[in-house]
Parts: sequence; structure tokens; C-alpha cells
Amino acid sequence: MSGANRIPGAGRLTPAKTARFVFDGKSYAALEGDTAASALLANGVHLVGRSFKYHRPRGIVSAGAEEPNALIGVERDAARKQPNVRATVQEVFDGMKVISQNRWPSLSFDVGAVNNLLSPFFAAGFYYKTFMWPKQAWKHVYEPQIRAAAGLGVSPTEDDTDHYSSRYAHCDVLVIGAGVAGLSAALAAAKTGARVIICDEQAEVGGALHYDKSVTINGLEGFTWAQATAAELAQMENVTVLPRTTAFGYYAQNFVGLTERVTEHLAKPDRKLPRERLWQVRAKRVIIATGAIERHMVFANNDRPGIMLASAARTFLNHFGVAVGKKIGVYTANDSAYEAAFDLKRAGITVAAIVDSREKPGEAVLAEARKLGIEVLTGHAVIETAGKLRVSSMSVARNGGGRGRSIAIDALLVSAGWTPSVHMFSQSRGKVAYDFESQRFLPGTYAQDCLSVGACNGTNDLQATIEESLAAGELTSNASGFTASQKTELQGSNAFAWTGGMAGAAEGAGPDTTVKAFIDFQNDVCAKDIRLAVREGMHSIEHIKRFTTNGMATDQGKLSNIHGLAIAAETLGREIPKVGLTTFRAPYTPVTFGALINHSRGELFDPTRKTPMHALEEAQGAVFEDVGQWKRAWYYPRAGEDMHQAVNRECKTVRDVAGIFDASTLGKIEVVGPDAAQFLNLIYTNSWDTLKPGRCRYGIMLREDGFVYDDGVVGRMAEDRFHVTTTTGGAARVMNHMEDYLQTEFPHLNVWLTSATEQWAVIAVQGPKAREIIAPLVEGIDLSNEAFPHMSVREGKICGVPTRLFRMSFTGETGFEVNVPADFGPAVWAAIWERAEPMGACAYGTETMHILRAEKGYIIVGQDTDGTVTPDDASLSWAVGKKKPDFVGIRGLRRPDLVADGRKQLVGLLTKDPKLVLEEGAQIVADPNQALPMTMIGHVTSSYWSENCGRSIALALVAGGKAKLGETLYVPMPDRTIAVEVSDMVFIDKEGGRING
Amino acid sequence: MRKYSVFAVAREAMRGHRGWEAQWTSPEPRKEYDVIIIGAGGHGLGTAYYLAKEHGITNIAVLEKGWLGGGNTGRNTTIIRSNYLYDESAGIYDHALKLWDDLSQDLNYNVMYSARGVMMLSHNIHDQQVFKRHIHANRLNGIDNEWLTPEQAKEFCPPLDISRTARYPINGAALQRRGGTARHDAVAWGYARAAADRGVHIIQNCEVTGLRRHANGAIAGVETNRGYIGAKKVGVVAAGHTSVLMEMAEVRMPLVSYPLQALVSEPVKPIFPCVVMSNTVHAYISQSDKGELVIGAGTDQYSSYSQTGGLQIITHTLDAICELFPIFRRMKMMRSWGGIVDVTPDRSPILAKTPVPGLYVNCGWGTGGFKATPGSANVFAHTIANDAPHKINAPFTLERFRSGRLIDEAAAAAVAH
Amino acid sequence: MLLIYCPYCEEERSELEFRQAGDAHIARPTNMTEMTDEEFEAFFFLRDNVKGLTYERWRHLNGCGRFFNAARDTVSDKFVTTYKAGLPKPDISALRPATEATVETYEATESNAK
Repeated sequence: MSGANRIPGAGRLTPAKTARFVFDGKSYAALEGDTAASALLANGVHLVGRSFKYHRPRGIVSAGAEEPNALIGVERDAARKQPNVRATVQEVFDGMKVISQNRWPSLSFDVGAVNNLLSPFFAAGFYYKTFMWPKQAWKHVYEPQIRAAAGLGVSPTEDDTDHYSSRYAHCDVLVIGAGVAGLSAALAAAKTGARVIICDEQAEVGGALHYDKSVTINGLEGFTWAQATAAELAQMENVTVLPRTTAFGYYAQNFVGLTERVTEHLAKPDRKLPRERLWQVRAKRVIIATGAIERHMVFANNDRPGIMLASAARTFLNHFGVAVGKKIGVYTANDSAYEAAFDLKRAGITVAAIVDSREKPGEAVLAEARKLGIEVLTGHAVIETAGKLRVSSMSVARNGGGRGRSIAIDALLVSAGWTPSVHMFSQSRGKVAYDFESQRFLPGTYAQDCLSVGACNGTNDLQATIEESLAAGELTSNASGFTASQKTELQGSNAFAWTGGMAGAAEGAGPDTTVKAFIDFQNDVCAKDIRLAVREGMHSIEHIKRFTTNGMATDQGKLSNIHGLAIAAETLGREIPKVGLTTFRAPYTPVTFGALINHSRGELFDPTRKTPMHALEEAQGAVFEDVGQWKRAWYYPRAGEDMHQAVNRECKTVRDVAGIFDASTLGKIEVVGPDAAQFLNLIYTNSWDTLKPGRCRYGIMLREDGFVYDDGVVGRMAEDRFHVTTTTGGAARVMNHMEDYLQTEFPHLNVWLTSATEQWAVIAVQGPKAREIIAPLVEGIDLSNEAFPHMSVREGKICGVPTRLFRMSFTGETGFEVNVPADFGPAVWAAIWERAEPMGACAYGTETMHILRAEKGYIIVGQDTDGTVTPDDASLSWAVGKKKPDFVGIRGLRRPDLVADGRKQLVGLLTKDPKLVLEEGAQIVADPNQALPMTMIGHVTSSYWSENCGRSIALALVAGGKAKLGETLYVPMPDRTIAVEVSDMVFIDKEGGRING
Repeated sequence: MRKYSVFAVAREAMRGHRGWEAQWTSPEPRKEYDVIIIGAGGHGLGTAYYLAKEHGITNIAVLEKGWLGGGNTGRNTTIIRSNYLYDESAGIYDHALKLWDDLSQDLNYNVMYSARGVMMLSHNIHDQQVFKRHIHANRLNGIDNEWLTPEQAKEFCPPLDISRTARYPINGAALQRRGGTARHDAVAWGYARAAADRGVHIIQNCEVTGLRRHANGAIAGVETNRGYIGAKKVGVVAAGHTSVLMEMAEVRMPLVSYPLQALVSEPVKPIFPCVVMSNTVHAYISQSDKGELVIGAGTDQYSSYSQTGGLQIITHTLDAICELFPIFRRMKMMRSWGGIVDVTPDRSPILAKTPVPGLYVNCGWGTGGFKATPGSANVFAHTIANDAPHKINAPFTLERFRSGRLIDEAAAAAVAH
Repeated sequence: MLLIYCPYCEEERSELEFRQAGDAHIARPTNMTEMTDEEFEAFFFLRDNVKGLTYERWRHLNGCGRFFNAARDTVSDKFVTTYKAGLPKPDISALRPATEATVETYEATESNAK
């Protein structure tokens, strides 16, 4: 038995296919194909949740994605707990564990329900008016209380073990929604041969055909036709049919985001399958066939479990075979609800009465009701309901007042009419327009290549919907150059045409300021709250929404927005369109972060860049640091060494013997062409005409505003060929900067730029024994000082492979930088290491590199400069060509504040206590005894323990620093003040002789 | 103005809240005002409030083309902090932070300023150097900002992943405990109510279509869709639309407007206690009082007034958030939206006089304007009232790009606001 | 995500392949050193920041690598046309369908009635 309320013979599920699930610890039976909602209702469970603010008992309102109330937690295991799942969407699988939310200690007895008693106090926006005294109490008392009461479900606390995937797709026609309209459109489009994708958020296609059993199309029962049509489409090669797939966002140029729920309905999903799949579809044309959503009636205590949309009750009966009650009432302003009563009555359920707020319902439904013997109370209202955890009666009175008559019921079906789902249309930036005749917002002016068809376009009649949709399918395909050989024809019929509908508070909501007539169930927004907001001066619909929180819950107002708007308009005495709609924003229904992220996690979050020698360095014990996307060897600790000891040893060894260093991450750009030197003249502050082939020069590059942008050594390989190096972090942006100027400002120059960063492995060999280490490996290059002086470059071979060998140094020692094609890097590194190690040399990492260069006062752009530093500030004015007529930054550099006195300039700092190492980033003051806020005159940019100097050293930017040499300044720290002396920037080998050794 | 208090709420509760008066009225515009403020966001309404409260100028209109608080005030992720590097920035943001502290009481409107702490994650040595520089500078400026180890960071924010195997492991964090969040709408509404109470006219649905000037070049008034309104002084506080308005006075601005997107998750019970920002992976996150995770990112790459942006910006932001907080992968995005932010070349604001006598401009806050709201409004009111800047906003001139005296927090720190 | 037609590749490609590069048709002055501070400010810092039709530069970074120009509406984000760097501003009136009005921002549109 799959629930006492299952009606034999009703619905489309197979009685033999059962499943069991647990709700709040209790086990229930279900059928395959049930949603959690239909299964709970089959078992007579109406109470499924508690509301956000008042913790009122709540049941199932809808049968679809618009559900505001029935939010549940679904748990597979500790890592796979899902809060806030709509019970009307979640399909039941065997063994599913469901918990109710926002209640303590239990769903039927919830302490938070005290809020309902205090609700007179908790009017809309009350929290803006209180909780202000005492001041500290907001953070420590009020806010924690409010937070604890708010929220709905519970966030997962473990890392999700499911995975997600992603697809990009292109098509001629994307059809959103697979009801009558969507399927018809897709069929017509598909038959032209156009590439079609059709998606639908439900497990099975059919849309309204789930509940409207009266429909036949081409002689088939509607739902059967839908399944057959979907099957026909799925077999066509040019068509992709995606059930359980929600179009959630409509972006620029027909870019539509879809999420497909792949395994959420399976008991034991194959772990290889993704849980959800993100589709990013670029469609030439989009057909929006998203239907309409039924609205509830707004009247006193309209939120009790058992009160639901009439179409939902019809779905539960006609699709799931579940009767939502044994004795039902109907409260409607619209003909469609009658059909729910007819279907239930025919299934043997008692219909207590149809209460219709209209004096004149549609004649056809009225006649049918009479025929079936159902009492219809026209011009009446439901003014009150009773029942603690489920509705037990309704009070019915004639419109305009009078005493109510109580009618016992156990379910109340409501309908105030249908709201066209213009979400996607509006997201596409189309303008909606208000149709006064039907009192609906409908698609007005289109902004993108899309068409709305069917109920979302305001088309009510079945055959009209079919024809409009077929035409749209053809039209959109024709636009892509496809035509059908013959017209697709579909003939549909259904039982009744519907009239009626209303928006806003019904009779029975009253103008009363105490009645709780709910508009937004989840957020507990009542008609009176809207009126209060207006009274308080909130006249814009956006203000009303934000003040009352109407439409801000997880359903984003699918039921409530139009009601709220209508009540606001009435209160303001304005027409609905003059008050305006709030903005439709993506997503249509909530989208799992995991699906949006899909593969972009861990290693795939951002690529890791490794140099060609990475594995060798790892084997040599390197510890790596992140520098942008790169992993760089940081230091090479030996057994028992900490970082400090390892770095001290590396620093000593390089200056005493030699060291090898992986410099491959430096950016490298090949600049080639007859005008190459002229181009570099414009890009760098330096002059390049005078640089002879075979020589190198340190270059500074500015932004147009005059601040240092990047630096690096440039080697002239030939008259028309330069090997440019950049900082590691600057490689890509420097390349872009050069391309920009070359292509758009200096296109007359005949120059080509090629990024070569990853083509060269670069091994720096530095130290007194550097030459001795590489000499036997090098062929065809005279390494002597005379033939190959400092700042030269030669081409030849090393270890038998081609090399660009640079004689240069970032340590102040004799140094070489061996550039070899990247694939040869590891072999050459190994060969060099084989020679270096026995001589007592070491491999060193970035930390040692930083210290050795600081000992020599060489700057690192980005550390010692920060985007506000000029070449002169960094003592690099020697590198600015004084006679050059132009270079990028020449004018910016001359602005008054860039040449003013007192700018921060780069200097050396020596602590009075040589053992103290300053903290990088520490601030410098002249007077340490001043009160806060202190006048700061600079900061420490680089600071290290220098084993070679036997003391600490630092570089700093200090206002007017160059004029302060020898002066004592102070670095205030939290626990003490450190006295420092301003020095020049070179701490070792001030004469610079070692570099030429 | 009827005072808001727990007693007032209780009294109203007894009579169905029938007694509340409008928080602000919707008056017809006068022919002329002493001061017209264009733009009824937090900064503009606040300016009117402080003009009335501190400078005795009450003949003011705040003109708004849409609904008050509907621009970036109502679209931002509400982060408040003041731990900026340069003295100039620290000065204005900390001025704001001090005003935030008393703002609810001052306005008699609960703006829900919550000093939950803003933590900025450091992922590498460069980040660490930059954050330490901030921390030291802040300390000497009397602004709280402290360094946390990864373990301390995790203790402060338990959902944080501090494992060394993360793609960008965390090596520490800078925490400003006085930083936090506030309720954005309440800021606009609180200022609107308090300003209206002091006689300020707040005129919504009133779009400025032109700026009229006297023969001597000085400002004379504004053309609007509701007719011409005279003004002795005009303050433009229009964020993303500043360039459009200033162009009406033939002033070209050093501004570009970009789309900035943000999103919220479905609400859940309290899980996230503070605000966390990471510039290395580009994301920031906090949890609202309602329980939603509030998540923001960088701007889209192209200039736009569309208030929308690309899905790829949203997905990239969530990539980063879930790298930092892997437990949130099953959470769901409930709503996303966009605003228009106006960005200056040095990413610091402009609060200044303009070449047009009587015309003042407050703009260029980029992605960081909300946190400055009270401070910015307060000194801008001073600037308008005295026709001279307050010493706190004196550095934030329109001319600084000409002279090169920039306040370049981004260049100095690689820190997004 | 925008779809952008690269005038060099002669193909529409996704925005992910492109980088926007600021305003178009701002030529770098050839007399840099003779400019006044005001002229330099106007060249390098001041921008029209147009609400509506703007001329801007894009680079097909992850494609052909070329910089090109585009005419785009900053309110609808729609491209009117793209064209090669160095070409003059195209005659937009010829390209822009007269019937297609600029789409206003959401907030302005939503209260429009039929």
C-alpha cells in the first residue's frame, strides 16, 4: 500500500513499483515517480514545514517549482545533505531520508511558534524601529537572536562528495518548456531540420497536461501525446530533449543557462555520473513556452496545511493518483478551479462547496457543477479557516459581510487565476506590458531574438496555443535557413475555456489590520503588511518589496508578486502598471553552486604552472611558493634545516662558491623586425639604438602616467632581434601592453612580438665558480671576461643543445643565465648540477634570490615599487633617456606631483641593533613619540637577515629619503620602537668588482 | 517626527500599527532651493541630512530619477571596513566607521550595523607583505587591523578551508574587528526619514535632464522631467550616472562605469559569522540576518549601464567561494543582480568642488562606496555648505589626475575595495 | 556572456576570448612633451563614459591577438558593429535599424503599460 489516499485506478504511476522513504524518522511507502509532496499527501501528511518568521504550520501549496512552503531537507549521507528542497520537485527514491526544517523540537510542536503569538509586535519592518538600545545589544543580543530564528534549512557542514559537469551547446532553436506549446513549437522546428534543444524542469514533459486530463491532441490523451511527441523528438538527430532541466537565466545575445538534474531522483546513482549538469546554450532563436502559474486566494488564515492551489490538487489526483482530502472545499475567482472539483468528485471525493467570489462564473463550468451535484456559492467569500495543523473548516459568507457559515473540510483548493511566466522574457530584457483587459503582465517589446508562445504569452485557448507554437517553431527555423517539406498539423480539444481571475486581497482578507491573509507564505507577508508599507511612505513597489520582504523568499514571489502589487496599487489608489513590477532576475529557480562551478575546483580551479625543471627541484628537496599561477622553488632545506638555516646556507654558498637557480618563470618576449630598436625606444625609458648586438641592457618600462610598470634585462641578439625579459608577474600584461602600442599607436613600425616565456628554460648560475661550472659544457662561446663581459649575450651550445647564454647577474656575483629550449631544461639542469655539486655549490630558491639581490640594492618591481613609484624615486633615473623625444610615460612623468620635492624615495635601512630584522610593510616615522595618528614618512619594502653581511638589511621608501642618508628614523612596532639609520642601497661589494670576476 | 522605540512599536502593536506616519513625504518641488542634491542614494540623502543637521541648511531638495535607495545603495554587499593603506583613504573610511557606530541612534533608525569583523585572506608572500603594510599603517593611524595565522583565521571563521593542499592555500589573514555589515535599505530609509523630518524635500521619479547656468558660468538650477528647479548650489551624487550628469555642465569626468554583480544563496541557519574577502581568488562573502550568503565579485570587463552582466562572472565568483569554503557547494544561488559602479583611474573617490561655481560632485566610489556612506555624506555636506572641502576630503579632488597626486590604493595594494 | 564578431577572424566568438581595452579613437598625441597638464589629463584620464552608443577597443586575446574597434550600446550591451583598428568611425545610422529603440534599464521599463 503506497498511502491511504491513493485512489485505485487514478493517476499514471504503477502501483507495483514501490519505494520507501523516511520523513522526520517515520517510514512511508511511495510509488516510483512520486514527488516527496505527492508521497506525503498519499500518506495523509499535510504538515511539512514551518514558515520563516512566525513559524506557522505549513503544508503543500503547489505541485511544482513555484512551491513556497513545502521546503524539506534531503539527506543521502553526512556529506550530501541538501537544505531547502521543494518537496513538490524532489522525486522520491528508495531509502530517501527527508527532514522538516525551521522547527524545534519537532514539526508539530515548535517553540518558535511563539512568534505567531507575538506577531502583532512583529509587523513588517518593525526591526528598523527598535533594537537600538543599548547600542551594544544589537550585535550581542538582538542580532544573534534574530539570526537564529531566521534561515530555513541547515547548511551542509562537510565538503560535497558529489561532482557536477558542464556542457556548452549551440542550436538554432532553444525551446524552454515542454508543455503543449513547447512540444508543438519544438516539433515544428525539428521537422525543418533545424538544431533544436527543448528543456523542461519536470521529470516528464507535458506541463499542464499533468493535471488537465480533458485534453486530447490528434486523438490521443494529452499527456500520452506529450510523451509520444517527446519520444519522437528524442529520436531525431537534430534534437536534444532535456527533462529535469531548468532554464534559469537568460543572458545577452540568446545565451541561456540550464541546469539538468541527472541523479537527484536515483536511489543509488552511479558515482561516475554528475549530480547536475550545467548547460550553457547559445541559441540563434529562443522560444519561451514557460506556461503560467496559478495564484492562491488571499483571505484570512489562508495558510493552513491542506489549503493548496486547485491545479496542484488536480495534479496530485490525475498524475499521482492521490486525493488531497476526503471532503474538500474550493475557493476561487476563476473557472479553472472548478475542474479540480469535477475531477475529485468523479474520483469519489466529497466536494463540500465551491465558493466563488464572482457573481457570474463561466456558464459552462457552472452547468457542469450543477450536473455533478456540487454546491456552488457565487458571490461568496471564505472569510476564515480553522484547524491547527491542518485545515478543518472554512467560514463562508456572502460578499460584503454577514455572518459566516462554517463548513467542515479537510482540504481547501484555491485559485485566483493564472500569472503568465514572463520571467525568461523579462530576463532577456524584453519589456513587459500590462494588459488591462485580462489584468496580466504580458510580453510587450522584445529585446532579443525570442518568441513567447502559449500561456506565458497570454494565449489561453488550446488550439490557438498549438497554432501559435507551430508557427513559432517554423518561423524561428526559417530564420536559420531551414524549411519544412510539409506543415505539421495538430488538432487539440479540451473540456472548458476558462474565464475570471483576480489579483490582490479577496473578500475575506478585509481591510482589517490584524487579519493574517497571506500573500507570501514563506516570508509570512500578509495583505496588511503591504498596506502598512504604503502607509509608511513606501510608494515604489521596490520599497514595498524590500520593506515587507514580499517576493524575496526562495520562490522569489512566483505566487505573491502580483497579489502584492495589486494590494499596493489599491492602497495607493493607482493603476497596477503605474506602481510597476519588481525586476525579474536570474535564476528562475535556485541553482546549486556546485552545478555553476562544475569542473572548476581544486586543481582545475586555476591552472598550476610549473617550470620544466620542477620535478628535478622537487627531487632536490625544494619547498615551493605560489607566485601567481606559478609554483617556484622557494628554498632547498637539507636534513634538519629550517627555512632560516637553509636560506643562510644558500646565501653564503652562492657568494663563496656558486649556486644554480631556476629563472624560467621570467617573462620572455622576442621582439623582431627592422624597427625593433625604435619600438623599444618608445616602450622603454632607455635608449636602445646604441646597444650593440651581443650586449644586454637593464630596461625600465612605464605606464603612460609615468609610474614604473615593469623592468627586465633586454639582450640584442642581432640588429633586428631583441630578447626581452619581464618580471614573472608582468609577463602577460607587458606582452599585452606592447601589442597594444604596436598595433594601435605605432602601427607604422615593422616589428613582430612573440611570447617566448614557456619556450625557454632558464638556469641562472651565479657565484665565483659559475664560469668554472659551465665552461666544460659550453661549445662555441668564449667565456672569458674579455670576450664575454658582464651584460652580454651569446648564442652557442650547452650540453650539445642550442643556448642563448647571458652573462648577467641578479646577485652581484659573476653570473650566467643559461637559456635553452624548454624541453632540454631538465637535462641541462642535471648536467650543470652534476658539475656544481662536487664543487660545493648549491641550488637556491626565490628567498635566497631575494636576499642576494637586496644585498646589492637591486629592486623588485611590485615589491620595492608599488605602482606609485617613478624611476627617480627608485634611483633609476640613470635609465631614463634624457634626450629621447618620446617614450611611453614621458609626459606623465613630468606632471607637477611626480617631480615635486619630498617624494618617497627608495633607500637602504640599517637597524641600530644589527640582529633585529624589520618586518616588511612596517611603517617609518621621524618622531616616535608623537601621538596617534602618527605622521608616517615611509615603509619597509624589503627586509632580510643577511648572512653575508652578518646583520639585517632593508630597503625602504622614505619621503625625501635620498637627502636623509645617515639620519636616524624609527619603526614603531606594537611592542617596541626600532631605531634605524638611512643608508644607501648597496650593502655588499659597494665597488661592484665581484660581478666582473 | 515620531520617535521609534520598543515602546512605540508595542503601542502600535495594540492597534494594528495604524498610527505609523509616512517615513518621508512626496512633496511637489518648490521653485527654488538653496541646495539640490541629485541622487537619493545613501550618500545623497546623507548629504542632505548633514546639511540640515550640521550646517543649518534646510531648504534642500534631493532629486531621484527612480526610487530612493534604488541604485548601488540597494544593490551592494554591505561590507563596512576602514583598514585602508593611505592616510587619505584611512581618514575618510574611518570617519565613516566612527559614524556607523552611532548611526542607528543618530537617525533613530536601526541600520543594523554589525561589527562582525572583516577578514581579508592572504594566500602568498606578496599578499602578506601588502597586508602587513596595511596593518602597520593602520595601527599608526589608530585603526584596528590585525594579522591572524591560518589557524586563528579558521577559529574566527570555521567554514574556512586552511588545508595546505588547496589550490591557493591561506598563509594568514588581516582582520578588522570593527568591520562588518549594515542593512543597506535601512541606511537609505533612515537618512531619508531623518532628512525629511528636518524639512528636506525628497522628490522621487524626478529625472534631471539638464543643468542650467548663469551667464557667469555659475550653476543656476536643474531641468527635470517635472520642470525647471532653481538652486544656489547643486551636488551631484549619482554614482554610475555621474558622467552623464556632469556632461550637462560640460565637465568631462575621469570615470568609467562598469557592471558589478552580486548574488545571494537561499537562506540557511547561521553558519558564517563574519565577512571574508580574498583578492587573490576574487570574491567576498558574508551571511545576512535573514540567513542568505551574500556573495560579490569583481566587475565585468566592459563599460555598461545595463545593470546586468555575464553568467561567467557569477560562476567564476562561485568557483572562488567554494575553493575557500568547500562546504557550500550544495548551497543554491537564489538571486543575482547587477549595479553600475563608477571607477576613477586611481580607484579612489572624488568629493570635491568642480570648475563650475556652485556645482559639487561626489563620485568614483567604484565597488566600495557603501562603507563610506556616512563619512562621505558628512564631509560632502561640509564641502557644499562652506564651498570648501573638509580636511578629510581635501585630497579627493577632481584635479589630482592632472597633477599626479593620486591616492592609488589598488596600485599600492592590489586590494579591491 | 557577449558574442563578439572579430573583424580579423571574421567570426563571432564568445566574450571569453576577448579583452575590452577602453575607448577607441583616442590617438596618442605625437607632441607628448609639448602638451600642457590639462591636455595630458584630457588625453589620458578624462572619458566620455557614454550612456548609449560608445566606440571602444577590444582585443581578440585568445584568438588572433588583434586589437579592433567596436560600436556598442552601453545600455543594451548590444554591438552595432565591429571594425578593424585604424578605420574611421563607421556610419552607424546605416547599420542601426531605425525601428530598434535603445532598450532602457530594467527599472525604467517595468512600469510601462500597454
